[in-house]
Amino acid sequence: MAVLPILTYPDPRLKQVSRPVERVDDAVRAFIADLEETMRAGPAAVGIAAPQVGRLLRIVIVDVSGARRANPDHHGRMVLVNPEIVEWEGLAVGREGCLSVPEYTGNVVRAERITVRALDERGEPREWRCTGYEARAVQHEVDHLDGILFLDRLVSRRTDLFRRRGR
Amino acid sequence: MVTVVGRDRPGIVAALAQALFDAGCNLAEASMIRLAGTFTVMVVVACERDAAGLEAVLRPVAERLGLRVHVDPAAAEPGPAPEPDVRVTVSGADRAGIVARVAGALAEAGVNILDLESAVAEGPRGPIYILHIEGQAARGIGPVREAMAAVAREGIDVSVRPVEPVVG
Repeated sequence: MAVLPILTYPDPRLKQVSRPVERVDDAVRAFIADLEETMRAGPAAVGIAAPQVGRLLRIVIVDVSGARRANPDHHGRMVLVNPEIVEWEGLAVGREGCLSVPEYTGNVVRAERITVRALDERGEPREWRCTGYEARAVQHEVDHLDGILFLDRLVSRRTDLFRRRGR
Repeated sequence: MVTVVGRDRPGIVAALAQALFDAGCNLAEASMIRLAGTFTVMVVVACERDAAGLEAVLRPVAERLGLRVHVDPAAAEPGPAPEPDVRVTVSGADRAGIVARVAGALAEAGVNILDLESAVAEGPRGPIYILHIEGQAARGIGPVREAMAAVAREGIDVSVRPVEPVVG
């Protein structure tokens, strides 16, 4: 186990598309353990994606159980290999920060409820329904696999869903 | 801290930023926004010049574009900007005194406002006032909810939500 160095913006590797994991084997599981240790070593992180440590593989970890705002129906520790968000519902503005963009947070619009399909760390296909804070964390991490940072999705402080609906 | 206001037209930001760049100044945090036909700029500038020197740099641009410029000394803030931990949205039929009522209640509840923006929208039954505030609640969100519940009983729609960034 090891805490891996985290790439920070504007490292060009953060903008690349990661490739799928072909087989979830012991080497992948060893990397997942390192990735998780890295996430937990960080300041109050609720997720991490493999490309944030320079491994361009479609692996993310999410665990919102330590967050005050975590929705009560959260799933605790989630390891998602080759994740795909297959359903979206609702929109909400919320604040996000990133281990790779230290000392800055901004508002981003995300789906309020999602269904995500992925392999777990044993390589078994699974499906999770996520809402609220956890759904936001999953969307933030899955974005990393496509080279997208929350900076690419920032909305103006004047963006307000109330007003959008009113139009 | 440079404050600039003037009738909105294309090119204000470009001209100001170019003049500051040419004078060797660095722009930091800024708010630049059009309010009812007036373009407003507030920007923290790091440079070697004093306030009078900075005003002199901006004078030609101001005269050309019809802008008023004001420069205040601002102390550099150590570390990152403070993060909001509460978001308050207020809306209702427009009437005098909403901001005073809400801001007064928030101040009493220990909220330091970091960002406030408001708008008046024309609704089918008269103007609607919308107020969006982000701040730091020194005594937690409980007192803020209580204070805003009292405001809501006066017929104003209020929502109080905690802000906890997803960091990942």
